[in-house]
Amino acid sequence: MIGTQLPALQVVVPLLAAPLCLALHRPFATWALTLTASALSMLVSILLLGQVLAQGVIDYAFGGWAAPFGIAYRVDLANAYVLLIVTTISTVVTIFARRSVASEVEAHNQGLFYTAWLLCLTGLLGITITGDAFNLFVFLEISSLSSYVLIAMGTERKALTAAYQYLIMGTIGATFILIGIGLLYMLTGTLNMLDMAHRLITVADSRTARTGFAFLTVGLGLKIALFPLHLWLPNAYAHAPSAVSAFLAATATKVAVYVLLRFVFSVFGVDFALGTMPLALGLAVLGTIAVLSASTVAIFQHNLKRMLAYSSVAQVGYLALGVSLATPAGLTATLLHLFNHALMKGTLFLALGCIAWRLGSVRLGDLKGLGYRMPWTMGVFVLGGLSLIGLPLTAGFISKWYLVLAALERGWWPVILVIIAGSLLAVIYIWRVIETAYLSKTNKTAGAGEAPLSMLLPAWLLAIANLYFGMHTGLSAGIATQAAAALFGIQP
Amino acid sequence: MPDLPPFVLFYLAALAAAVLPQRPRQLLMLAVPIVGGLVLLQLPADLLIRVTFMDMVLEPLRNDRLSQLFGILFHIGAFIGIVFSLHVPERSQHVAALLYAGSALGAVFAGDLLTLFVFWEMLALSSVFLIFANRTERAWSAGMRYLVIQVISGVLLLAGALILYRQNGSLGFNHIGLQGAGGVLIFIAFGIKCAFPLLHNWLTDAYPEATPTGTVFLSAFTTKVAVYALARGFAGTEALVYIGATMTCFPIFYAVIENDLRRVLAYSMINQIGFMVVGIGLGTALAMNGAIAHAFNDVIFKGLLMMSMGAVLHMTGRINGSDLGGLYKSMPVTTTLCIIGAASISAFPLFSGFVSKSMVMVAVLEEGHPVVWLALLFASAGVFHHAGIKIPFFAFFAHDSGIRTTEPPLNMLAAMGIAAILCVFIGTYPWTLYGLLPFAVDYAPFDGSHILAQIQLLVFSAAAFAWLKVSGIYPPELHSTNLDVEWLYRRLAPNWLRRSTAGLDRFRHILMQGSHRAGRGLMRQILHHYGPEGTLARSWPTGSMVLWVAVLLAASLMLYYL
Repeated sequence: MIGTQLPALQVVVPLLAAPLCLALHRPFATWALTLTASALSMLVSILLLGQVLAQGVIDYAFGGWAAPFGIAYRVDLANAYVLLIVTTISTVVTIFARRSVASEVEAHNQGLFYTAWLLCLTGLLGITITGDAFNLFVFLEISSLSSYVLIAMGTERKALTAAYQYLIMGTIGATFILIGIGLLYMLTGTLNMLDMAHRLITVADSRTARTGFAFLTVGLGLKIALFPLHLWLPNAYAHAPSAVSAFLAATATKVAVYVLLRFVFSVFGVDFALGTMPLALGLAVLGTIAVLSASTVAIFQHNLKRMLAYSSVAQVGYLALGVSLATPAGLTATLLHLFNHALMKGTLFLALGCIAWRLGSVRLGDLKGLGYRMPWTMGVFVLGGLSLIGLPLTAGFISKWYLVLAALERGWWPVILVIIAGSLLAVIYIWRVIETAYLSKTNKTAGAGEAPLSMLLPAWLLAIANLYFGMHTGLSAGIATQAAAALFGIQP
Repeated sequence: MPDLPPFVLFYLAALAAAVLPQRPRQLLMLAVPIVGGLVLLQLPADLLIRVTFMDMVLEPLRNDRLSQLFGILFHIGAFIGIVFSLHVPERSQHVAALLYAGSALGAVFAGDLLTLFVFWEMLALSSVFLIFANRTERAWSAGMRYLVIQVISGVLLLAGALILYRQNGSLGFNHIGLQGAGGVLIFIAFGIKCAFPLLHNWLTDAYPEATPTGTVFLSAFTTKVAVYALARGFAGTEALVYIGATMTCFPIFYAVIENDLRRVLAYSMINQIGFMVVGIGLGTALAMNGAIAHAFNDVIFKGLLMMSMGAVLHMTGRINGSDLGGLYKSMPVTTTLCIIGAASISAFPLFSGFVSKSMVMVAVLEEGHPVVWLALLFASAGVFHHAGIKIPFFAFFAHDSGIRTTEPPLNMLAAMGIAAILCVFIGTYPWTLYGLLPFAVDYAPFDGSHILAQIQLLVFSAAAFAWLKVSGIYPPELHSTNLDVEWLYRRLAPNWLRRSTAGLDRFRHILMQGSHRAGRGLMRQILHHYGPEGTLARSWPTGSMVLWVAVLLAASLMLYYL
């Protein structure tokens, strides 16, 4: 019985927990509720993934209103996989968040913080699971509005400016997406994505469809922080509370990439979106620039959160490159990197969260000799960094391996060079941190000691996951391959 | 006992060494190569362990005769190195050495290119700490240069492996050959680690900067892994014959004018590897056997020489030929052991170098390469001069430098003693070693012509050295030798070289200045755009962000309409 209601539960659990949080208000109680809701969501997403693997695509009609008139949820491998990423990261980071948030957000705001957190989670899950284009926009707004609130709760006053800029840019992005969806609605008379895809086949070659496609791609480009639409991201990640940086960096852009994939592959169809339209070219060019220029910028950053933020922009470049190959192998690489990047960025931001908790700063200069004073924390950072670089036996290597193989298959040599250059640039910016932490003279004045266990454990969990998924790729690469094949419409 | 890949034991020991206190750590470290060696001998022949990883078949353990021989060799090398470095108080050096030895073992038992790549990089990452451990500015920068070059070698290997994987659908590490881009990339990767001419600078740059004990490990593993890899992947590649011949000859000149005795040994190492590379290039059973046997012997006698110089450096703090001399009075045992090493590297009959080097030489003649044979003959004479005579002569004899010291600690003497015994044992009874070689050995080392040719060579080189000494080219007054040697090594030769290449130098100067200016300009540009406050890095006003959105929308609309 409950098995058939899983798609609804996926969204309803965090959605109902959010107002409860507001009512509870006390920091510990709200945290415990958030953790419970998040863990339940994770359980639901695991069950959903199991169901999809066993029975294939799940269609769920909300309130019994059949599609295309009611709101339909549609779970296939691709979004079951993204749901799992989002809920897992949210759960792990929530464990971490208790002490971290306690030190960075004022006590009377913590209830609000967790409420916004749950709403953000609801939004991200809703975007991913829904099969209805307008419903997608609604959830997009829910997640965006709550993430503005989360970012604004950062310790520095700059957090407000960053949140404001993100608000402006995010709203423009959402508006573009809405305009795009509106144009498609005008053309097809339906909001159900599956239905829309069927009806678009006949009318795809119209100005309206093309304009809609343009608005959607630019709007989504903004949400995924594709170069040069990434300008809101570095400040937003740098000034948000540590837990929020980790959560958003590992999930928000991933979900936006998923939406792009959904529109490109399931609504417009790969022939139109990557064949007729020059989207592949645009993604390849912008992805290349993103990898090279954002990685270079990252090298010169003093604030490590900002450094990682720029590194995220570069990683989005890899994702874009994978899509631009327009082959199942390229799409597999992108889906796989969604998963692996969530792991490594989560790991790195959690390590920075531990450092911020202890030192109150994540500036490179303050990290001198930290490798000896916080060995466990720096151990996490080193593992995450190695994975980001793409050393063998880490998750990052698997991503790059698949991407390089996909590029080789198309014979795109320059892309391979870009990937290698990007990895070497990553070596430089990660090495800078390692050198400062391990090889320069200790800062005597700074505080000593490790971060608390409740922060270290989740960080280590993710770090070990980086190693585990670097050696066992059954879950990550296996599902990514199947999901990519399904998006391309290839029957297994 | 399950069949464990040999590296596992070393890696686990490295983990344990990271936490154990000094005394148990020493015991553990001594036990690892012994236990590891016993486990290795128990491994069934032609064992192959396969695991599947991302649809690829990996072979973390492949035990055939070639791997087994190098496995035994590396256990011996690790044991000698560990005994020699037992007194070192620093934990980090011990951990690095164990990881380094483990990585070398992992590499030679790797049955596929991806596993090989992993250990290839681990070799670089672990060994660099043996260089850093010297804690000097020079060691730091030499170590960084070493690391960069080694990592590049790894990246080339990975790139080549990927291309081969696309071509053949398999990652197996068997004969590769020079066909196709993949093979060439891997060849260059191996060549860097093997110190091919022009790719060799990392070796002579970094090895002499490592700690006295670290150099012993360094000289045992990295290049020998490369020799193994060449033997596995490129046996019979003719280019190797000429590359190897060049490697045997060019270091002689550098070794003669070099003053740092450990650097002399580093050059002589390239020269010895040259013999092995020639053998691999010929690819016949005799040549391969010779090359591999020579690799085996080289680890031991080069280790012995490095250890004797390490002992001198450890006791006196000096390593320049011009600062040393007369040490035989206070270090008679070390002197004797060093001379055994020198005799072995010079291939005196009844010492280990002789039984393997002559195999390569005979194979060269048999395959009809007389010019290469002459080059190798010249190189043999050169080895005798710079490694056989120069090293012991300047360190222990020559003029008396007035340094009075004692013998090195017992563990250092013991390590040198083990190596010396092995040198003599293999030299007098080579059949144990021959029995381990990958091909059946049908070769009589102590045949009259071999011995006669070698003795002639040695006698005449010694005579040449003596004649130079007597005729006053090496000045007779010991007192002035110091200055003269210094001048000869550090001034005259470089001056002469510089004058003869003055034109080239001017050109280089212009080029350097140009590239400096270009580099500065480039850096300014990079900082302007990417620096902390650069165009691409600063926080932008919201308005211009929105402008970008508009630009991109307009661009995509235009593109989509076209």
